[in-house]
Amino acid sequence: MKRLTGALLALLVVGVLAWAAQNPLLINGAGATFPYPIYSKWFDVYHGKNPSIQFNYQSVGSGAGIKQVTEGTVDFGATDGPMNDEQMKAFQDKRKTSILHFPTVLGAAVPTYNVPGVSGALNFTPEALAGIFLGKITKWNDPAIAGPNKGVNLPANDIVVVHRSDGSGTTYIWTDYLSKVSDEWKGKVSRATSVNWPVGLGGKGNEGVTGLIKQTPNAIGYVELIYAAQNNIPYGSVKNSAGTFVKADLASVSAAAAGAAKEMPDDFRVSITNAPGKTAYPISSFTWLLIPAKIDDTGKRDAIKGFLKWMLSDGQGNAEALSYAKLPKEVVQKEEKAISNIQ
Amino acid sequence: MAARLRWRKFVSNLMLTMTGVCAFVSVAVLFFILGYLLFNGGTSINWAFFTQLPKPVGEAGGGMANAIVGSAKLLLAASLFGVPIGFLGGVYLAEFSGSAVASVVRYAADLLNGVPSIVIGIFAYSLVVLPFKHFSTLAGAFALGLMMIPITLRSTEEFLNGVPRMLREGAMALGASKWKTIASVIVPAAYRGILTAILLALARVAGETAPLLFTAFGNRFWSQGWGQPTASLPVMIFTYAVSPYEDWHRQAWAAGLVLLGLILIINIVARTILSRGIAVPR
Amino acid sequence: MAGSRSFLSRLRDGDEIARLITLVFAASVVLITILLVYELWINSALPRQKFGLHFFVTQVWDPVMDEYGALPFVYGTLVTSAVALLLAVPLGIGAAIFLAELAPPRVSDALQFFIDLLAAVPSVIYGLLGVFIVVPMMRTVIFPALNKPFGYLPIFKGPSYGVGFFTAGIVLAIMVIPYIISVSREVLLSVPGDQREAALAVGSTRWESTWKVVVPFAKTGIMGSIFLALARALGETMAVTMVIGNTPKIAASLFAPGYSIAAVIANEFTEATGDLYLQSLIALGLVLFLLTFILNGLARLLILVTTQKGSGVSN
Repeated sequence: MKRLTGALLALLVVGVLAWAAQNPLLINGAGATFPYPIYSKWFDVYHGKNPSIQFNYQSVGSGAGIKQVTEGTVDFGATDGPMNDEQMKAFQDKRKTSILHFPTVLGAAVPTYNVPGVSGALNFTPEALAGIFLGKITKWNDPAIAGPNKGVNLPANDIVVVHRSDGSGTTYIWTDYLSKVSDEWKGKVSRATSVNWPVGLGGKGNEGVTGLIKQTPNAIGYVELIYAAQNNIPYGSVKNSAGTFVKADLASVSAAAAGAAKEMPDDFRVSITNAPGKTAYPISSFTWLLIPAKIDDTGKRDAIKGFLKWMLSDGQGNAEALSYAKLPKEVVQKEEKAISNIQ
Repeated sequence: MAARLRWRKFVSNLMLTMTGVCAFVSVAVLFFILGYLLFNGGTSINWAFFTQLPKPVGEAGGGMANAIVGSAKLLLAASLFGVPIGFLGGVYLAEFSGSAVASVVRYAADLLNGVPSIVIGIFAYSLVVLPFKHFSTLAGAFALGLMMIPITLRSTEEFLNGVPRMLREGAMALGASKWKTIASVIVPAAYRGILTAILLALARVAGETAPLLFTAFGNRFWSQGWGQPTASLPVMIFTYAVSPYEDWHRQAWAAGLVLLGLILIINIVARTILSRGIAVPR
Repeated sequence: MAGSRSFLSRLRDGDEIARLITLVFAASVVLITILLVYELWINSALPRQKFGLHFFVTQVWDPVMDEYGALPFVYGTLVTSAVALLLAVPLGIGAAIFLAELAPPRVSDALQFFIDLLAAVPSVIYGLLGVFIVVPMMRTVIFPALNKPFGYLPIFKGPSYGVGFFTAGIVLAIMVIPYIISVSREVLLSVPGDQREAALAVGSTRWESTWKVVVPFAKTGIMGSIFLALARALGETMAVTMVIGNTPKIAASLFAPGYSIAAVIANEFTEATGDLYLQSLIALGLVLFLLTFILNGLARLLILVTTQKGSGVSN
C-alpha cells in the first residue's frame, strides 16, 4: 500500500514535470495492427535521435487508418491492403490533394492448425486451402490434403475452420491469395478486410484465432507470420506458383517481393500474393504508410520526410529482429525518389 | 402446527444458506480474477511500470506511466461532466417533477445506458473529434462521462425516493424551504446509496476501451494538457493483450491490476472523506 | 406546484431556482439521448434506403457484396443477455440478501467493497479470462455435463467449440452481477427496520420476513438494478466478441457460436470503409437502441402489473 501511494505521488510529480517540459512536435498516425511492433520500435528510435519530434502511432486497424487520414484527424495512416480507387478519390475530394503509399516492410499470412497426431509442417496446395475455407473439403484425410503429405497420418475428422472476426489486413492478404488461386472463391467471397465467410468460427485478432485453434482439435486458421514465429505455433507450407512447397520465413517473403519489385507501379500499390519465383512464399504482402502529398505544416512535413528517409535506410535494419522482412533494394530506391513528391 | 413450523424453519434456514452460497460464489469469482491477474501480471509491477513510458517490444522494462496519468485525467474529467448531470437530474426526478416528465427522463436514461460503448465512442467522435479534426483527452472524457450519467441519475432518484417521509416532513415542519430540505436533510440521508452508484459508474467507465479508441485515441508519449490524444490503461491493455509478445501480455495483466488498484483507492478515498451523514434508523 | 405568483417573484425564491437548475440537467439527459438517436438515424440513411424493413429479417452479412441484415445479431444479443440475466439475477439477489440481512455489517461492507471492484475489471480482461478459463471449461466440463443427459433438447445440442452463446452469457453474467448485488444491497439496507420487526413480531421466520416483506418493499430498486444489468449486457462489446465465436448464424443450441450487435460493431467498425458498410453498422446500433427501448417497455409493463397485484408498497 505504501509503495502504491509512493508510486502515485511520484507519478504526480513526474506528470507535473512533463507538463512543464517543452512542447515537442506531435505527429499522429493511425492504422494497421500488423506492423505495430516495428513502427513502435522505429518511432521510439527516431525519437531518441530527434527528441523534439514525437511520432504517435496507434494501431486501430487499416480501415480506421484510411478513414482517419482521409478525415484529417491524423497526419498519416497505415494499411496492410492498399487503398482502392474509390478510397483514393474520396481522399482527393476531401483533402484536395492526393494520398501517397509508401511500403515499409513485408509480412505474410501462414496456415496454422491443430491436428491430433500431427506435429510437423503440413503441405497445402492452393486447391486444398481454397476448398477448406470454402467448406467443400471437410475432412482432414481428404485426398487434396493427404496427397502432398504422404507419410503423415491424417485422421478422418471434420475440419474446424477458424478465421478473423475483426476486419484485418491479414484477412485481406489471405482472401487476396485465395481469390487469385480459386475462381470460385473470387466469385463467392472475394477479397476484403472483412468477408462473408462460408464456414468457420471467428476469432478476434491473431490472439483470438490462435487461442481458438489451440483449444479446438482439428482446427485450421491463418495468422500473421510474426505472430506464429513469436509464439512457436506450428504452421504449414504452401505451394507457390512455381510448384514448390515453401514455408514462410524472412527469405521466402523477401523473395516474393523481389519478383514484384521489377514491375512495381509508381504509386506502389501492388499485390504480391502468389508471386513468381521458385523460393517465393505465395501469401506475402507489403504494408504501407499513407502520406498526404501536400502537408501544410512545414514542421510536420519535414519531420515526416526525414523519418521516411531514415526508415528506408537505417530503419530497415530493425525489421528482421522482429520477424519482418526487409524491403528489396529496388523498392527502396524507388521510394527514396518518391519522397520528393511530398510537398 | 409444530410440523408446519419446523418446515418453515427448515425452509428459512435453507434459503438463507443459499443466499450465503450466492454471496460466496460472487466473491469467490472476484478473488479468482484478482488472483489470476496477480499471478500473471504481478511480476511486471515494479517502479518502472509507474514511472516510465512504454518501450517498444523486445526491449525490457518500460512502463505505463502515461497511461496511468491519462486514465486518471480521463476519469476526473468524465466525473466532472457526468456526475453533476446525473445527480442533479436525479434530484429533479425525485423532488420536483411530475410522473410524466419523470417517466420520459427515466426512459431516456435507461436507453442511454444500453448503448454499446463503441456507439458512444462513435457519437463522441462525430461531436467532438471531427469538428476539431483532432483526438483529445476531452473527447474521451466526454464519451466516458456520457456513460456515467444513466447509473448516477437512476440511482440518485432511487435513493432520494427511499428517504423516509418523516425526515422530509420533519424538516419542512421546522420551516425549511424545499431546496434547503433537499440539500441538508434528504441528500445526506441518501448519500450512501448515491455514492455507491457514482463509484460503480466510475468503476465501469474506468475499464472501457471502445469509447476511447476514437476519442482519446492513444499516445506513446506524455499528453500535454487536455487537447491532445492520451494513453489510457484500458487501451494499453487491449493493445498489449492482443499482441504476439509474452512480455507485453504480462504488462497487460499488470495494467489490469493497476487499474483495479486505482479504482480501489478512489473508492476508499471517497468513502472515508464522505463518511459523515445522518444516521438513518434501521 | 408553484401557484399564481409571478414568475419573477417565484424566481427569488430559492426553490424555484433549484427546480429550474435541476430541470435543465434532467432535460439535458433527454436531449443527449435524442441527439444520439438523431446522429445514428442520419448516419444510417443508406441501408434504410437500400434495404428498408428487410434489414430486420435478412440473415446475410456480406461486406464484399454489400448485403447486410440484422437478424443473426439481434438473435445473439437477445440470447446472450437472457442467459446472462438468468444466471446473474438469482445469484445477485441472493448475494444481496445475504449481505444486507445476514452478514454482520463489517463483513458486509468489506465484501461489498470487493464486489464493487468486479465492476472495474476492464472488459478486455473479462474477455481474456473468458478465453483462457470459461471456454475450456465449457468444452470440457459444462458441455458434456449438459449434453450427455439432455442432448436431445435443441438448446443443448452439440457440437461445442468452447465459444458460443452460453459462454458469452456466462461471461456477461459475471460482468453484471456487481451491479445487481451492489444496488440491491443498498436498497435492501434502506428498508426501515420496523418493517422487518413487524413481520417477525407476527411470527414469520427470518426467511419469510425477508422474502415476503423486505424484498417487496425494495422491489423497484431491485428491478432498477436488473435494468442496469440488462443494459450492460446488451451493450457489452469487447468481452463478448472474444468468446461468442463471431459467426453470424442463428442456431437453437446454446453451445453454438453466434454474434451480437455490439460485438460485430466493435469488430468491424474500425476497418469498415465504404459508406454502405459503415452505415449498416451504425444501423445495427440503431437496432440495438430499438431493442433496448422495447425490452425496457416490456419490463416496465411487468413491474406495473406485479405491483398492482402484489403486496409490495409501491414507491
